[in-house]
Order: sequence, then structure tokens, then C-alpha cells
Amino acid sequence: MNKIESNKGWLFVLPVFIVVAFSAVIPLMTVVNYSVQDVFDANTRFFTGTEWYRTMLNDPQLQGALIRQFIFSFTILAIEVPLGIMVALMMPKKGWQASLSLVLVSLPLLIPLNVVGTIWQIFTRTDIGLMGWGVRELGYAYNISRNSGDAWATIILMDVWHWTPLIALLCYSGLRAIPEAYYQAARIDRASRWAVFRYIQLPKLTNVLVIGVLIRFMDSFMIYAEPFVLTGGGPGSSTTFLSQALTAMAIGQFDLGPAAAFSIIYFLIILAVSFVFYTTIMHMQKDKTTQKTGDS
Amino acid sequence: MSLTLQNVSRVVDGETWISDVDLTLEPGSFNVLLGRTLSGKTTLMRLMAGLDRPTKGKVLMNGVDVTGVSVRERNISMVYQQFINYPNLTVYENIASPLRLAKLDKGTLDRRVRETAEMLGIESMLDRLPLELSGGQQQRTAMARALVKDAQVVLFDEPLVNLDYKLREGLRDELRNLFKARNCIAVYATTEPNEALALGGNTAVLHEGRLLQMGPTAQVYHKPRDIITAEMFSEPPINVVPGEVTENEVTFDQDVHFQLNNDLKMLKPGHYQFGVRASHIGLVPHSDDDLELPVKVDLAELSGSETFLHVRNPHFELVLHLSGVHEYEVDQEIKIYFPTHKLYAFDTQGSLVHSPARLVEA
Repeated sequence: MNKIESNKGWLFVLPVFIVVAFSAVIPLMTVVNYSVQDVFDANTRFFTGTEWYRTMLNDPQLQGALIRQFIFSFTILAIEVPLGIMVALMMPKKGWQASLSLVLVSLPLLIPLNVVGTIWQIFTRTDIGLMGWGVRELGYAYNISRNSGDAWATIILMDVWHWTPLIALLCYSGLRAIPEAYYQAARIDRASRWAVFRYIQLPKLTNVLVIGVLIRFMDSFMIYAEPFVLTGGGPGSSTTFLSQALTAMAIGQFDLGPAAAFSIIYFLIILAVSFVFYTTIMHMQKDKTTQKTGDS
Repeated sequence: MSLTLQNVSRVVDGETWISDVDLTLEPGSFNVLLGRTLSGKTTLMRLMAGLDRPTKGKVLMNGVDVTGVSVRERNISMVYQQFINYPNLTVYENIASPLRLAKLDKGTLDRRVRETAEMLGIESMLDRLPLELSGGQQQRTAMARALVKDAQVVLFDEPLVNLDYKLREGLRDELRNLFKARNCIAVYATTEPNEALALGGNTAVLHEGRLLQMGPTAQVYHKPRDIITAEMFSEPPINVVPGEVTENEVTFDQDVHFQLNNDLKMLKPGHYQFGVRASHIGLVPHSDDDLELPVKVDLAELSGSETFLHVRNPHFELVLHLSGVHEYEVDQEIKIYFPTHKLYAFDTQGSLVHSPARLVEA
């Protein structure tokens, strides 16, 4: 085989290269640049090496935010994934009911993030908000600006309301991709509803669920607008998550160096967790197959 | 254990999918449902299985009405066109799955799983997952699942179409043998006439939801009830040429006519449609009374080592089924030999009036 060498290929890659450079590489490098310097003003700056990184890793405020962030992300995943599967299983399979339920389920996904925050802020007000007023009327002294438990519960509820539809839609499409013959075969086998779920639907959903969990983890780890509008991170700093702590530091106090160092750490955490999660899942699937072939 | 469908119809959204089918399947029989895509084969099988309820009519098992009985209460099994197995269970567990509910003791279950796997030649793959197997092995697993539980009715819905040609032939022969010793009713749906002939047993020809003819496969093949049945049960479809019978001649048109021979002389004068199988027309004469016809070639269609030769004369078109690879130019003029003693005659409505006397095959 003779391969024709041509450098024209680079020309076609160039636009993508430029877009990626300007949208990702250059901004990231700017942040790296800030993270190793102490910036006073446009002309005065000192090289600080890894000092900001060390400071940041030992900062109790950010450690707190990080822990809260993990608790938050894992809580919403633990709720949204099973709930999303359940919703997908209950959605009608065909006809106008299917279209209608698809529209209804996806409505929350269409609302801009800060609007979601505003909706819930009004919804939870105890004077005019249906939920806030309702819970008060039931005899519970609901107050998201005083009681951190209330604030947490409300933020989690809001996120579940906002994002469960994503998991549900992913699972719904995954379920629709299972040929009808599988269900027929199961009926002929007299398989129970649970067996159908456990041995047909769940295995066939694995792939979409991996994607769903990854997206939801990354997204929830970067949550900003909704809690910012709803609770402003309070009461105290009880619902201040990473992105908000970071913004406060970078924009509020204009501590560019530490903020940049923290951004990098933040970025690496998301990358690491996603990577570990993805490879673990992929390995589990591979293990299942190789271990079986090994002995035959 | 016999399965009877009595005047069964199924109408879905105003469209008739199955229309008034009457059918009895005997225990130990192998039955082929032959029909094109959308002829109602799958629908009929679903009715037999109890996956669907007929809109009209009754389903009897051993004379007992089971029309409304759900598939869960019936002892049937089914193999599909797609390879349907539990994706995350091993082949062993897949085969065992229908037995798990029967609460067999461990030894019996193990023995039956291994016996069935051996029958289908997958005993060395019991520890694998379905997706690590080839298509043929996956379908064998699905078949093992269907056979392991000694169902009274085993339904095969075009089980071999997704397999390659060689595998298909092998598995088909095995399948036929597997059922020889069994006393269950096997039903096998296919679109291919050749597959029906290879499987033998009984054949039921379906067309547009209606049952055209049911009987022993060879009999249906040699004595199709009407033109549609004959067309369904031949590949390429049987050639049909309109013609007229007079006192002592058969006339296709003013140029093409021949003396009534012994075989056709019982035909009363009148208009008929004559059918001749594509494989019976030759490029060389096979017997003295073959009719020589000059024709033009439309198309020579190669299929494996066989050739479907489409030819025409001014009044009709014919298809020849030739063995071997033949190449022709379009519009090339050739002579073909039309076997006058191998003609089917159908009346103008399409019902069979005469079928050729069967020659002792050499």
C-alpha cells in the first residue's frame, strides 16, 4: 500500500485547534499563570511558586466547601438515579400519552439555572410561596435563611426537581431501545416484574446510566446559580459550595492568585473523580466478561 | 396435545392482521408457516402463544378452550429472529432460567441444562456470556432455552434469518432432527419457500392474513390450491401465462401454440392461466414435446452459482431458474424450451384445475 503524504490535513484541523485554544487552553493557562503569582495590580506581581496551592489546601473555609460539595453531589446522585429510573419505567410507552409525558418531564430542563433559583426562592417564601406557606401551615417552623437543615433540604429538593428529568429521559430512551421480543420472551419464561427489571432492563440501561451519572456528577459539582439565588450560600456558610466560595474569593476579594490555585485544584478533583468512576465501571464490565472466558 | 385455531381473526386499529384462520396442529408435528413479510406469520404465532388475544374465534389446546389464558399459564416457548438471551447471565444460567421457576432439584436441573446444551453443541460455552458468542451460538443458546423446558408448543419466528448462509443450513438440519424424537408441536415461520421444502413436515401458506393452504409440505408444493399459493411457494415465483385451450391446441398467442398432450387433454376448451416453474424451463430441450420459444434477454440475475434469467417475447415475460453461472447481454436473442407436460393450469379465478402428473424423479 502506498500512502500519499499530504500536509493539507492540518489545514482542516486548524479551525478546531484555534477554537479549542481560545476557549480552553489559553484561559486555563492564564489561570495557571495567576496561580503561581501574587498579583497586586496590572504591573506589580511576584512569583510565589506553590505557595497558593499549599494555602488553599489548608484553608478551612474551602475544605468545608469541598466536604459540603461531596455530600451534596452524592446525595443528589443517590436520589436522582433511582428516581429517574423509576420515572422512566412508569412513563407511557406510546401514543399521545408518551409525547405528553416527555414534554412534561423535560420542562424543568428547559428553565435557565438562575430562573430555577428564583422560582424556588419564591416557592419557598413563607408569606407568598406555596411550599413555604404550606409547610408553615402544617405546623413546621420552616425557614431557609435561619435553619441550615431546611436550606439543605430545599436545595436538594430543587436539584432533584430540576435534574431527575435528565436521568429519566436518558433511561427512557435506553428502555425504548430494548426490543419488544425481550419482554415477550420474559413473559413466556414467566419471569416476574422484578426479574424483568433486574435481568433485562437494568443490564441494558448500564451504558446510559454511566453517562447520566457522569454528567450529573460533573454538573452538580459545579453548581452555582441555583443555591446562589435561593440561599446565597447561607445560613452562615452552610450551603456555600465550591464554585460560590471560589467566586467570592476571586471576584469579591479579588484574591486572584489563591482563587486561581483553587480553580486548578477544583478542576483536577472533577477530572480525577470522573476518571476513577468511568474506569471503574468500564473495568467492572470487562471483568465480568473476561473472568468468564478465562476458564473455558 | 393438539393445538387448534378456530376461525381466528385479529384486527388491530381497524386493520385485519389475521382473517378467519382455521388450523389444527397435531402433537409431534413440524409445521412451517410460509408467507412473505407482513403476511401474518408473527401475528399468528403470537395468537398461538397467547401473547395476544384473537379478536374473534377460539384457540383450543387438546380440545380445551384456552383463548383467554395468558401466556404465563401456557407451556410454550418461542425463539425469535433477534437473538434473545439475558445479557448478563451466563449461557448456563440462560438455559436454566425457564427451569428455575419449576423448582427442580439441583441435580435434575444441571442434567437437563447440560443435555440440552449438548444437543445444540454449546456445552463448551456454558460459562460465557451471550455477547461473547457468535451469532449462531447466541441463537443456539436461545434455542436451548426454548427446548429445555419441554414445552407443548415451540414457536420459531424466522430464527435463522440473521445468520449467515452456511450456518443457516447446518442449524436447520439439526433443528429438524431435534424434533423427530419429541412429541411437541413445532411451528416454524419463514419467508423462504426453499426453507419450507428443506424442513419438510407440514406447510401452511399465509398471504395477507389469510391461510391459503395447509398440508404436507410436498403436497402443498406439488398441488397448490391457486395461483397465489403457487407464487408464494416458489422462488423465483412461478411463471403465469394466460392462454386458451381449443379442441386440440393450447394457444398463448398467435405465434405460440402447441398440440394438447396427454397431460393436458382433460382440459375443457376455454381460457386458462398456465403456470410453469422457473426451474422447468430449459435452454436445451429435455423431451420431445418441449416447445421452442425465441425470446429476448431482459436480465441475467446471478445468485450464488445459480442464474435467474428474465426473458420476454412480445406477449409475456418469463423467468428461468438455471443452475450454473450464465452470462447474457441485454436484448440478446436466445431460444428456450418450454415444457408442455409440466404445466399447471388455473382457471380465470386462479384456482388450480390441473397439475402436471408427477414424473418419477431420476
